[in-house]
Amino acid sequence: MTLLSPPRPGHTVWRRFRRHRGAVAGAAVLGFLVLAVLLGPWLWSLDPTYIDVRARSAGPSPAHPLGTDQLGRDMLARLLAGGRVSIAVGLAAMAVSLGLGTLIGVLAGFFRRLDSLLMRLTDLFLALPVIPLVLVAVMLFREPLNHSFGPQAGIFVLVVLAIGLTSWMPTARVVRGAVLELKEREFILAARGIGTPDAAIITRHVLPNVASPILVSAALGTANAILTESALSFLGLGFPPDFPTWGRLLSDATVYLQDYPGRALWPGGLICLTVLGVNYLGDGLRDAFDIRGDAR
Amino acid sequence: MLSYALRRLLFAVPALLFIALVLFALLELAPGDPMAQLPLTIPPEVRADMRAALGIGESAHIRFGKWLWQLFAVEPMALADRALGTDMAADSQRMISWQTRGPVMDTIIQRLPQTLWVVGMAYVVGVLIALPVGVISACRQHSVFDQAGTFVTMVGYSVPPFFSGVLAIVIFSVQLGWLPSIYDTTHQVTDWHSFTVQLRQMVLPVMVLSLQTTAQLSRYTRAAMLDSLHQDYVRTARAKGLSETAVVLGHGLRNSLIPVVTVIALGLPQVFGGAIITEQIFKVNGLGQLLITAIQAGDLPMVQTITFLLAVMVVLANIAADLTYGLLDPRIRQEGRP
Repeated sequence: MTLLSPPRPGHTVWRRFRRHRGAVAGAAVLGFLVLAVLLGPWLWSLDPTYIDVRARSAGPSPAHPLGTDQLGRDMLARLLAGGRVSIAVGLAAMAVSLGLGTLIGVLAGFFRRLDSLLMRLTDLFLALPVIPLVLVAVMLFREPLNHSFGPQAGIFVLVVLAIGLTSWMPTARVVRGAVLELKEREFILAARGIGTPDAAIITRHVLPNVASPILVSAALGTANAILTESALSFLGLGFPPDFPTWGRLLSDATVYLQDYPGRALWPGGLICLTVLGVNYLGDGLRDAFDIRGDAR
Repeated sequence: MLSYALRRLLFAVPALLFIALVLFALLELAPGDPMAQLPLTIPPEVRADMRAALGIGESAHIRFGKWLWQLFAVEPMALADRALGTDMAADSQRMISWQTRGPVMDTIIQRLPQTLWVVGMAYVVGVLIALPVGVISACRQHSVFDQAGTFVTMVGYSVPPFFSGVLAIVIFSVQLGWLPSIYDTTHQVTDWHSFTVQLRQMVLPVMVLSLQTTAQLSRYTRAAMLDSLHQDYVRTARAKGLSETAVVLGHGLRNSLIPVVTVIALGLPQVFGGAIITEQIFKVNGLGQLLITAIQAGDLPMVQTITFLLAVMVVLANIAADLTYGLLDPRIRQEGRP
């Protein structure tokens, strides 16, 4: 005789997620974009930095499906290379802000003594104007980091850190709320009752149970990081010109907007598509995990 | 209410100090000489003066103190002098821009009206569109209007201003030729014709900026309305036979305005951040454009001051949000923290 087993929680989440059409579509688009930029160099072997002066500002053709830019560089190759950087920056910055936010959120929620201090700190960080501050940080630290890491890795580290360090606050708040709620539950009290040390309670019982809000803010954080990076590149304070990212490509193309609007539409459209996909994905995850959060 | 307001105001002091500290520390931690980027054409004695004005060579806490003094005492006094014709700050060292060689504040005051005009207008337009959209979406949940609204909101979230601005220029200036793509700040409004010119050049920047406001705000309004429409007092109001308009506007909207007002106040600084990019696209010579040129020119005093001013706006918006919150909801000013 078999007993009716209760549905596994992961299964329920997956079922609810599948029912959210927008989220599935977002995940599909996102998966396609990530796959494209990852496999891009194998699928489309033209060098994004190769300058072909005779074919400059060419329209779409079999050799260059999306045309070329003002120096004759292939747009498709540049878009693929740019996407790799943009998405990598988004994920890395998200990881930094998520790590910091989770750490502070768990500490504030779990240890009553740290709570008011850390939450005050969070409030203070929320009062910082992000874009101007990141701009200032890039301006001040660009040269020295270029010297120590090389121009590309240096600016990558700088942009990732600048975005990560100024965007952890929403995660910290959400995680703190979840931990506060969790802390009074029986299984935590039981764990404490049998003498589990705090560190083990946090890693074994608290963290797995706050994973869902963390996952949701990871999705939204990635979208935000990609947008901020693109804004920086657009203002000319992100990656150097010969190192394409979507924001940089868009910014380069605005000069030639009157004659070649398509060149601006492609990178811009891809930024929007990525962010839209991530946002829908986050929305679907929120519904699937059944988190009652604010509408952000 | 008074003690609540005082408590909120008191919190602003550490917040402002913290922001000043972060800004100062950024400059302090930055490796290398902040003066290294200056053009070589500056004579050595001027360079020495600029070093003295920055206070390079003194220890960090003294420089921080001096900078705070300039920021919180000298510059406000200079502003008062300008407005009232007194001379309180006549003999104290003001913050000097490295680009214009004049006081930083004078340039900022020249640029501020353009930013305020465009940003303020965009915000008002955004709020005026977002509130009805949010209310209607909530009243007709899952209707076509609601789903279209949600989609537009998502798009508004996902389309960054640097793309929607470019898109708007491509469509309305390049393809259709209806509107100018450049905002001419020297334009004077004297008669009806020049007024329409001013109106036409404001349409695109305002549209781009308000798209973001609308997206965020209508979503919040919808969520808050949905929340309050499911409350017991709304059912009671319906049960006693009030008209649907009275229920929605009098009971639903009024109660959902509390969180919405907070979001309106807190969103304002974000719009200033967005304005940096929008000004760059439409060539508005406002505060954001000033910040970008100052960063490109390595004009540290200007950058510091503008960033700090933006932070002050965030703090002020926070206070305004808290105070309206307290005004609208008596429960909050009774407890201590919302």
